[in-house]
Amino acid sequence: MDAGSVSSSATKSHSRCPLKEQFLQRKNSRENLDRFIPNRSAMDFDYAHYMLTEAKKGNENLTASSPSKEAYRKHLADSFNMNRTRILAFKNKPPTPTDAIPNECSTSFQQSKPVKARRNIPQTSERTLDAPEILDDYYLNLLDWGSSNVLAIALSNTVYLWDATDGNTSELVTVDDESGPVTSVKWAPDGRHISIGLNNSDIQLWDSTSNRLLRTLKGGHQSRVGSLDWNNHILTTGGMDGRIVNNDVRIRSHIIETYTGHHQEVCGLKWSGSGQQLASGGNDNLLHIYDRSMASSNSPTQYLHRLEDHTAAVKALAWCPFQGNLLASGGGGGDKCIKFWNTHTGACLNSVDTGSQVCALLWNKNERELLSSHGFTQNQLTLWKYPSMVKMAELTGHTSRVLYMAQSPDGCTVASAAGDETLRFWNVFGSPEVVGKVGPKAAPEPPFAHLNRIR
Amino acid sequence: MASRTASKDIITLRGSTAIVSEFFGYAANSILYNRGVYPEETFERVKKYGLPLLLSQDEGVKTFISNLHKQLSEWLEAGKLQRIVLVIMSKATNEVLERWNFSIETDGEVVEKGISREKSDKEIMREIQAIMRQIASSITYLPCLDEPCIFDVLAYTDTDVAVPFTWTESDPKLIANPQMVKLHSFDTKIHKVDTLVSYKNDEWDDQ
Repeated sequence: MDAGSVSSSATKSHSRCPLKEQFLQRKNSRENLDRFIPNRSAMDFDYAHYMLTEAKKGNENLTASSPSKEAYRKHLADSFNMNRTRILAFKNKPPTPTDAIPNECSTSFQQSKPVKARRNIPQTSERTLDAPEILDDYYLNLLDWGSSNVLAIALSNTVYLWDATDGNTSELVTVDDESGPVTSVKWAPDGRHISIGLNNSDIQLWDSTSNRLLRTLKGGHQSRVGSLDWNNHILTTGGMDGRIVNNDVRIRSHIIETYTGHHQEVCGLKWSGSGQQLASGGNDNLLHIYDRSMASSNSPTQYLHRLEDHTAAVKALAWCPFQGNLLASGGGGGDKCIKFWNTHTGACLNSVDTGSQVCALLWNKNERELLSSHGFTQNQLTLWKYPSMVKMAELTGHTSRVLYMAQSPDGCTVASAAGDETLRFWNVFGSPEVVGKVGPKAAPEPPFAHLNRIR
Repeated sequence: MASRTASKDIITLRGSTAIVSEFFGYAANSILYNRGVYPEETFERVKKYGLPLLLSQDEGVKTFISNLHKQLSEWLEAGKLQRIVLVIMSKATNEVLERWNFSIETDGEVVEKGISREKSDKEIMREIQAIMRQIASSITYLPCLDEPCIFDVLAYTDTDVAVPFTWTESDPKLIANPQMVKLHSFDTKIHKVDTLVSYKNDEWDDQ
């Protein structure tokens, strides 16, 4: 285009240096608007020099600096002017407030004040136990810590119980190769009964104090049961067939409800604290919220919300203990995000990219913190401050992805297990002495209290 | 910008002084309430600047503020007051947690010659209202003050001021590595007041 304009205006000669040609033409033609050609004779170098150098000093005051910069500048200027200023304070000081100050920034749950700021989070695990033959399968839930302070872990075909108070290990059950391996483990709220999901789609109900098999729930699923959660007497099971079944363990025909919504394995299943809503995450990247109040309406299999924001399997689910209807969910390797949801409206409140596959999530019951466990590359546990989502600590130690996490009943310790065949304990949520005031909640009425045995 | 139709009022030095010291009284009360230095129940609601503001009913606080008021007015009229700082300190450790800085620029000409200026009263009220609102909303970003706190007021004056009997020299009570937030300012054409709050960095909030 330029060449064209040159040739049109250059009548005198064919020039291969358009610049030169333009130089001569410039004074005449005003059409050369697409190129700035400096003309030295027309420039006032003195003025230009002044503007470039002197004016710079003046410009400091004119440019709009950010408020904090301005403030800082003033602050600095003031501190240099101190010799012209006196600072005076009134002799009679104002009265000191006598009552305890109502904390407008903290709610009632924040009880351990001295621990609040500057809590020392030990960077290494407090204890490491051996967990041989633990299955390194993302979709299973092989670790749970019961309210009686007993930890249950499934290692291949066997379920072991580890008593946290005295450190004793006992074997609960070893299933045969046809039924096993064990694919999920969950304590009932009473801390005495425990449910075990198996690869053959059965669910076994055991009494841990007498080591007796109470019941086997059959027929609910067609393939392995990878996730379990209790809601009082209802045991909700999620299977590889994508089905979620609500079982009432007290009655003979235990299946009371089946939710279909997932079309791939259900790996995450969590009831809300109130027991009103159920969150489920699947390998199909979907997160469903089911509400019990909708159960009686037309279609009991209908979910309240279907959240499709995650781009990988949703296994990590955790309901917030201090804010109702707040759910945190974590996505797998293709997603790596922790998302926060208002389960009333289904709105996504926040999404944080953690940089690594999220395998499990746990809320701190005493502080506003969230703990997430990750896989490749660091295999770390990350402690986040909520709601700012600032990383408070990163705990490393595991050498393979930290698939399973459970929280102690006193809320202080977190147990994590990984494919590296170790079970580690972290005092990440505070030390028991300080948190001791917040006693464990009174166990809900045991579901089998009125029965000696379940048929 | 004041609207063209708004009438401008005459502001005298005395009037401007009154506006500024009154503003400071209300601002101090508002800060004490919002930051929880004194219990909420000890405050009473009044209407001022078109906003519901809270005034402390605690006798000690009231006396303190009114004494301050008198002295500040005197200094303002003489054009000697450079700034007022309200400091919030921890009761236990006396560590300075927050500093509310109100800098004052006085128009020297007015002080010397006793002339007056013009500005719409409403305009000034609106500017003050904006600052009061900002103080109230500051709790959203200021770190929580979980421990019992006390406050104090410092006055930065010119060196040639005679120190009154009831006042003493003090250190500036600065905060190390503070976070600073500049709030709105208001101008009576005789006195220009800038507001700045600096607070101690809350460690856990560091990015």
